[in-house]
Amino acid sequence: MIDNLTPWDKVKLARHINRPTSSDYISKIFDSFIELHGDRYYGDDNAVVAGIAKFNNQNITVIGQQKGKNLKENKKRNYGMPRPEGYRKALRLMKQANKFKRPIILLVDTPGAFCGIEAEERGQGEAIARNLYEMSDLQVPILSIVIGEGGSGGALAFGVSNEVWMLENSIYSVISPEGFASIIWKDGKKAPEAAGLLKLTAHDLLELNIIDKIIEEPEELTLDSMDDLITIIKSEIEQFLERYASISENEIVASRYERFRSM
Amino acid sequence: MNGDNFMLKDLFKKSSSTPSKIIKESQIPDGLFQKCLKCNDILYSEDLVENYYVCPNCNNHIRVNPRERLSMVLDEGSFMELNREIDIADPIGFPGYKEKVRHIKSVTNLNEAVITGRGKINGTDVAIGVMASNFLMGSMGKVVGEKITGLIEYATDCRLPLIIFSCSGGARMQEGMVSLMQMAKTSAALKRHDKEGLLYISVLTDPTTGGVMASFAMLGDIIIAEPGALIGFAGPRVIEQTIGQKLPEGFQRSEFLLEHGFIDKIVKRNQMKKILSILIKS
Ligand SMILES: [Zn+2]
Repeated sequence: MIDNLTPWDKVKLARHINRPTSSDYISKIFDSFIELHGDRYYGDDNAVVAGIAKFNNQNITVIGQQKGKNLKENKKRNYGMPRPEGYRKALRLMKQANKFKRPIILLVDTPGAFCGIEAEERGQGEAIARNLYEMSDLQVPILSIVIGEGGSGGALAFGVSNEVWMLENSIYSVISPEGFASIIWKDGKKAPEAAGLLKLTAHDLLELNIIDKIIEEPEELTLDSMDDLITIIKSEIEQFLERYASISENEIVASRYERFRSM
Repeated sequence: MNGDNFMLKDLFKKSSSTPSKIIKESQIPDGLFQKCLKCNDILYSEDLVENYYVCPNCNNHIRVNPRERLSMVLDEGSFMELNREIDIADPIGFPGYKEKVRHIKSVTNLNEAVITGRGKINGTDVAIGVMASNFLMGSMGKVVGEKITGLIEYATDCRLPLIIFSCSGGARMQEGMVSLMQMAKTSAALKRHDKEGLLYISVLTDPTTGGVMASFAMLGDIIIAEPGALIGFAGPRVIEQTIGQKLPEGFQRSEFLLEHGFIDKIVKRNQMKKILSILIKS
């Protein structure tokens, strides 16, 4: 663990363009993956990748917030900022997972829910609220892993889970440090200072009992250096699935409720 | 960049959240007259109180404090407050935050940005919560989340219909991620209330934005709004900055949400008690 990094260093790492994205994790963690599309109301949001995957022969519903790796991809992926239809696609597939008793794994990596005229017209707030509400009652185990940026309500709509883990240099915050600095000090350049105050690092959030586990990263996390990380994540997921395999549906729901009730 | 920023911005604009910006006591002694800041009409204070703080000239629904709101919808003397005192939470040790909350408590005479309790509407028992826009912009931190969740659980246990009047700038960022978690906590409690077959009416008042809008405010079996209220996930200024253009007139107002299918009904303040009374008996 390299922990002479400041919170602001971690913010920059969490957002780094070379950092692996959801689809990288999906292809390396799972034996197979079949992507499913659409919210059945309006459209298909490319900022969310979702489908059914195999993990040690077990079916898992996997849903990730998807950033791009260059400008062109980011235009397609809307920089990982979901629109209401992205949240509704996620909810549709989570309910499907519930029906077929598949555990759910969510990958969080977004600057925040998309902010724009159409997003408001189509009910961005309602879509997020609905996810929080319905996720709280799903009878299958839900695991969220913050792999990069966990931006506010747009991340939380993928985070009402039995366990929430964070990669060592990922962040999870109620507001961006830039936003915070420009409000408090009317100076967005003070974001580094804000990053410290906000307690947005994995270590801070473990201490605050907001998350359950930190997964160590290699010194420079890229697509080429992630194999050891993948081995760790796979072994942790295996243990997670084992932990919840013997727990009743009622207990799965009740323990998730208590997790947030105590916050 | 993301929607929650705006609400937090508003939280620090000391004047924008309070009714004093919309209605200001005039220079005339004794505060007998007030000025509507929407149409500039000079109004007789006594008339205004009688008219539910709605400007008779332009229908501006002026923001009211939660105690006045309770008296407008509940039967006289029926209110019983729950969880009145909860200790100030300062989960991330934000510099100066506790002092600020203490100060606001003393100047507003409120304990937090919400009052919760039980009362009667035309004889029918309800669990009711009313948010206060003049308490740190009605932002939701741990205490607000705790009071609202406590109210919902009380309603579930006592099998009561639930009514929440929202007005909020969103999550309270001085409490960091703990404030965000209140969205999940309140929404999960509502799901349990729902599963017991109980009614939840959400009433949106000016303004309802950010993390409150994206949680319990949008989860009513029936969602009512006061006329002209600002209701949205992202704040209008943040959207304008993001897209680099002016927003259309009426964007994110109650009438806009009605048109887009996100609320059931717009109800004027002087009709609110009557409509709520019909709905809770339906
Ligand atoms: Zn007026």
